[in-house]
Amino acid sequence: MEQPRHGWTDHEVEQFVGNLLRAGVLISATVVLLGALLFLFQSGNALPNYDKSRGEPETLRSLSDILQDALSLDGEGVIQLGLLLLVATPVSRVAFSVLAFALQRDRLYVVITLVVLAILVESLIGLH
Amino acid sequence: MNVLEFSLVLWLGSFAAGGLGALTGLGGGVVIVPLLVTLGVDIRYAIGAALVSVIATSSGAAAAYLKEGYTNLRVGMVLEIATTIGALTGAYLGSRVFPTSAIAVIFGLVLFASAYLQMRPQPHSPPTARAERLADWHLADWLRLDSTYPTPEGPKSYGVQRVPLGFGIMYLAGILSGLFGIGSGAVKVLALDQAMRLPFKVSTTTSNFMIGVTAAASAGLYLRRGYIDPGIAMPVTLGVLPGALLGSMMLGRARVRVLRALFAIVIVALAAQMIYNAVTGRV
Repeated sequence: MEQPRHGWTDHEVEQFVGNLLRAGVLISATVVLLGALLFLFQSGNALPNYDKSRGEPETLRSLSDILQDALSLDGEGVIQLGLLLLVATPVSRVAFSVLAFALQRDRLYVVITLVVLAILVESLIGLH
Repeated sequence: MNVLEFSLVLWLGSFAAGGLGALTGLGGGVVIVPLLVTLGVDIRYAIGAALVSVIATSSGAAAAYLKEGYTNLRVGMVLEIATTIGALTGAYLGSRVFPTSAIAVIFGLVLFASAYLQMRPQPHSPPTARAERLADWHLADWLRLDSTYPTPEGPKSYGVQRVPLGFGIMYLAGILSGLFGIGSGAVKVLALDQAMRLPFKVSTTTSNFMIGVTAAASAGLYLRRGYIDPGIAMPVTLGVLPGALLGSMMLGRARVRVLRALFAIVIVALAAQMIYNAVTGRV
């Protein structure tokens, strides 16, 4: 493959994306683990109710709700924050790819990557 | 059973699922959902938890694969348009349209099919040179998809075939992923290896690379609808991740044929249980 004249080489992009994914998984798993310890400490003796009687959740979860719960060191809130970081890991990989292709002046792939990013953002935030 | 005991049971089951999934190459997501349903968890919460664990294992593995230089990033990016749109379709169908019993029955049937396919020797077409393009409307050239992969004799180039067909199969893989909370790596490899004729190792690593983004697209929707419950997703994620890590480290040493047969039996048993529960109105 032809080497790009600007920005990173494809190989450098691959290395960076690999490190980004590894860091994302490590950080989010650590946050989930910390949340798990808090959660089991706070409500390990309670009775779980995860069957279908629970049905539809009453409220949609928003980013600010999750952050608020996590900051008050509520176990479930901290776990939720870790899970959110995990979901954000591939999203940040795509966002970085937009930047990398832009630096390579690869307009076609900037557009392709932006389309994927838009779909992911639509799923997470819900623009409609 | 209190929360602590429930979490431990889920953790152990997920650890085993992650290990077997990595060893057999089928991924842990496939057994997580029927396992959770058998333990009494609502299927949509089970799918939400499975999606999160799928993101964790595939991202972790992708980080390792990227260093080896097989993954084709451009092919991955182009086809992720298809898998993410498919994932949104599947997640919408799963969380809004289909009743839980219908999801359980269809998923059970998909599991039977995948257990059967697993027991057969995998067909595999040799990669083709770039000169002979198969039905692709010059898309592979326009998108600059051709690349090279490392071999003991140095980098070897390969051509990408039938891009539209691969794109279509990837849309289907996305739907399955969003609907059932699985990585659907087998369908992705089918598109890359059989339809687009990529070298096998390029297919498996690129498929794995795409799984995280695909699962993230449906996980967003499940998260907003409240189906990713911390109490369920936590033990599942913390179990699958080290399980898959251990499984991949044991890959060279384990007897994969025996494990695949064992895994197929587990899948069939869980699928049968799930369909039975759905038909008798308990899902």
